[in-house]
Amino acid sequence: MRKNLNVIAAYSIMMGLIILVGIFQSWNIALSIFNLCLISAVMTMGANIQWGYAGLINFGIMGFTALGGLAAVLISVNPVQEAWSAGGTNILLSLFLIIGIVLTVRFVLKKYQKSKVRNYIIAAIIISGIIIIRLVSEPGIEAIEEVNPARTGFLGGLGLPIIFSWIVGAFFAGGLAFVIGKVALGLRADYLAIATLLISEIVIAIIKHEDWLTRGVKNVIGLKRPAPYEVNLQETEWFINLVEKFNSGKLALISDLSERQAALNQFVIEGSSVFVKLCYSGLFLVVVIILLILTQKALYSPWGRMMRAIRDNEEAANAMGKNVVKQHLLIFVLGSAIVGIAGAMLVTQDGLFTPGSYRPLRYTFLIWVMVIVGGSGNNFGAILGGFVVWFLWIEAAPIGLYLVNLTTAGLEDTHFLKVHLIESVPYFRFLMMGIGLLLIMRYRPKGILPEKIEIK
Amino acid sequence: MDFVNALILLLNYIFVPALAYGSQLAIGAIFVTLIYGILRFANFATGDMMSFGTMVAVLFTWYFQSIGLSLGFLPTALLAIPFAILFMAFYMLIIDKFVFKYYRLNKSPPVQLAMVSIGVMFVTQAVVRIIIGPSDRRFFDGEKFLIRANEFKEMTGLNEGLAIKSTQVITIVVTLILVSTLFWFLNKTKTGKSMRAYSDNEDLALLSGIDPKKIVMITWIIAAILATIGGVLYGLDKSFKPFTYFNNMLPIFAAAIVGGIGNPFGAFLGGYVIAFSEILLTYAYKKFFMYVLPESMEPDGLIQLLSTDYKFAVSFSILVIVLLYRPSGIFKGKIL
Repeated sequence: MRKNLNVIAAYSIMMGLIILVGIFQSWNIALSIFNLCLISAVMTMGANIQWGYAGLINFGIMGFTALGGLAAVLISVNPVQEAWSAGGTNILLSLFLIIGIVLTVRFVLKKYQKSKVRNYIIAAIIISGIIIIRLVSEPGIEAIEEVNPARTGFLGGLGLPIIFSWIVGAFFAGGLAFVIGKVALGLRADYLAIATLLISEIVIAIIKHEDWLTRGVKNVIGLKRPAPYEVNLQETEWFINLVEKFNSGKLALISDLSERQAALNQFVIEGSSVFVKLCYSGLFLVVVIILLILTQKALYSPWGRMMRAIRDNEEAANAMGKNVVKQHLLIFVLGSAIVGIAGAMLVTQDGLFTPGSYRPLRYTFLIWVMVIVGGSGNNFGAILGGFVVWFLWIEAAPIGLYLVNLTTAGLEDTHFLKVHLIESVPYFRFLMMGIGLLLIMRYRPKGILPEKIEIK
Repeated sequence: MDFVNALILLLNYIFVPALAYGSQLAIGAIFVTLIYGILRFANFATGDMMSFGTMVAVLFTWYFQSIGLSLGFLPTALLAIPFAILFMAFYMLIIDKFVFKYYRLNKSPPVQLAMVSIGVMFVTQAVVRIIIGPSDRRFFDGEKFLIRANEFKEMTGLNEGLAIKSTQVITIVVTLILVSTLFWFLNKTKTGKSMRAYSDNEDLALLSGIDPKKIVMITWIIAAILATIGGVLYGLDKSFKPFTYFNNMLPIFAAAIVGGIGNPFGAFLGGYVIAFSEILLTYAYKKFFMYVLPESMEPDGLIQLLSTDYKFAVSFSILVIVLLYRPSGIFKGKIL
C-alpha cells in the first residue's frame, strides 16, 4: 500500500481537479474532459507498450487513430445498396487484384535470389498492377461517388452496432502496423520516427481523398451510438422521474407550478446530456480497466521481462536466443492495435468521422507528450499522463486568460497589448505543453510516475 | 510549332514551379542535415524554426513599409532578411543554451534530443502564434511577374504562355548564391573544415584541438541563416501561415533523408528530387499529349498518374522506397 502511495495521490489529485471543473464550470464539461482523458489514456497505453516496454519509437499514432475511426464508419453505417450495385463489382475486383499483386510479389521474393533483375521484376509487377487497378476501379469509383453525392456517395458500411468497430479498429491498425513493421522496424530510432510520421501522413491522405470509401473531407455524420440519444431520454418517464428525484431539493424551493415545470425541463435537458456522457464514461472505463489489467499482467510476465531485456540490450538478448525482430514486430502490432481501439472509441463518442481533423500535432505529438510526462514504461504513469496533459490542453485557455488578466491588470481594457494577448489565449496551450515537456525532460526524465521494476 | 508549345507548357507548369519549390525544400533540407550531422539529432522543430524566422522578417517588412522604405521592383522582405537572421540566430543560441546544451553535454541518445526538439517545436509554435497569429499573411510587394503569360504569347506568337513570377527567380538565384557560399565555406575555410571533421568523428576532432563550443555556435548561426532565408523565400512565393510551415517539415525531412542525411549536397539535390517527383507525378498531361500526338490519338482522360491530393504522399512514398533499398540515401549520407 505504502509503495503505491504516490500513484494513489497522483490519481486522487487528478480526479479532484476534474471534480473541481465539474463544480465551478459545469458537469458537462467535466465529463467530456474525463471521457477524452480516458480515450487519451488508451492511446498512451498503446504508445507506452511500444516505447516503454520495447523502446520502439512510433510517430505514426495519428494514422492508427484514423484507421480506428475508419473502422467505426465501415462497421456502423448502413450499406448503400445503390452504390454497391453501381460500382461494387469494380471495387471488389480491384481488391482481388491488390491481393493478387501482393501474392505475386511474395512469390517472386521467395522464388528468386536477391538480384537487380528481381527488383526490376517486382517494380514492373507493381507498376503494371497499379495501372490495371486504376483502369478497373475508376469507372466504379465514379459511379459510386455519383450516387446521391450530397448524402452518401460512398459504399457505406456493414450496419452493425458501432461497439464492434472497437475490435475491428484494433485489427485494422494492427494490420497496418504489421506492414509498417515489416518494412521499417529495421531502421534506426530516429529514422523510424520520421518514417512512421510520414507513413501516417500517407494513410491520412488516402482516407481524406478516397471519397468512395470514407466520403473524404465531406465527413460522415450521424453515426449510430451505443448510448441513448438525448432527445429520446428527455421524453422517457423513468428518466424524468430520476431527474426529479435527484433535484427534488432545488425544485421544492420553487412554489409556482409552471415555473417548477420549466425548471424541471431545464434539469432534464442538462441531465440528459450528462447521462449520455456518463454512459460513454462507463464504456470507456471498462476498456481502460481491461487493457490496464492485460498490460500489467504482460509487463510482469516472462514476456515482459524479455521485452525489457531486448529494450535495454538488444545484442545481449539476441545472444540469449530471443528473436528480437519478431518480438519488435509483435509489440509494434500490439501497441498500434490499442491505438486503433482508441481511434474507434473517439469516433464513437463524437458520432462523426472527419478525416480533415487528423493532424500530427494533436494525434501524434500530443500523445507523445502524454507518455513522456506521465512516465514511460509505467502503465499507471502513461494513463496519468493522458489525464494530466489532456486536462491542461483543455483548461489551458481559461488558465491563460486568467494569467493574461492578472499580468495586464494595470492596463486599460482597450490597450492594444491586452487585446492582442486575450485574442491569442488559445495558443497558450502549445506554450504550456512545450514548457511542460521541456521541464519534465530536464528535471524528471522518467516522468511523473517513473518506471519501477520489481521482481514479484 | 506544336512541339515548342508542348515544351513551353512543361516549362510553365512543371519545370519552373518545381525548381522554385525544390529550392525552398533544399534550403530546409540542408538545415535539417546540418543539425543532424553536427548536433546529431532529428530536429522536429524545423518547420517552426523557419516560421519564427519568417515571422521576424514579416514584422520588419511591415515596419519598413510603414516608414516608406522599399527596394523598388524587388520585395521589401529582402531588406528585412539580415535583421531577421540576427534575431533568429539570437533565438537559436538561447534555445541551445537553455535546452539542447544540457543533453549534448550529457551525451544523451539522439532519440532524447529529438523528443526535446518536440518541446521546442511546441514552444516556438506558441510564440509565433501569440505574436503574429495563425492566419495567412502575404508580405510580398514589388513587381509580381518577370514575364507575363500574355506578353510571352505576343512576343513569340505561340499558343502557350510562359509566366515567370519574380519570386521564383528570386528564390532560385538566392538559393544558388546561398548554397554555393555554404559549400565554399564548408570545403575551403578552416572553420568549415573543422565542422566537417567534427561531424565525421567527434573524438578525433576534439583530439586535434577543435573547439566544440565554437563549432556548435557556428552551426546554429548557419542554421539560423538557412531557416530564415528558406522560410522567407517560401513565404514570398506562397504566403506565410504558421500551420503550413509546420507541415512543410515533412517533405523537408523526406528531402534530407532521400539525399542521405548528414550530407548537405545530397540534401540540396534531395530537395529537387522531391519537388520534381511531386509535380511530375501529379500533373495532368492531357494538354501536353494534345500538342505532341496527332489529332486522331488525342487522349480522353486527364492522363494524370495521381490526383494532386496525393502531392505529399508521393514524396513520402519515395522516402519509404529509399529507406527500404538505400537507408543511407541516394547520395550516401553521414559525411558533412
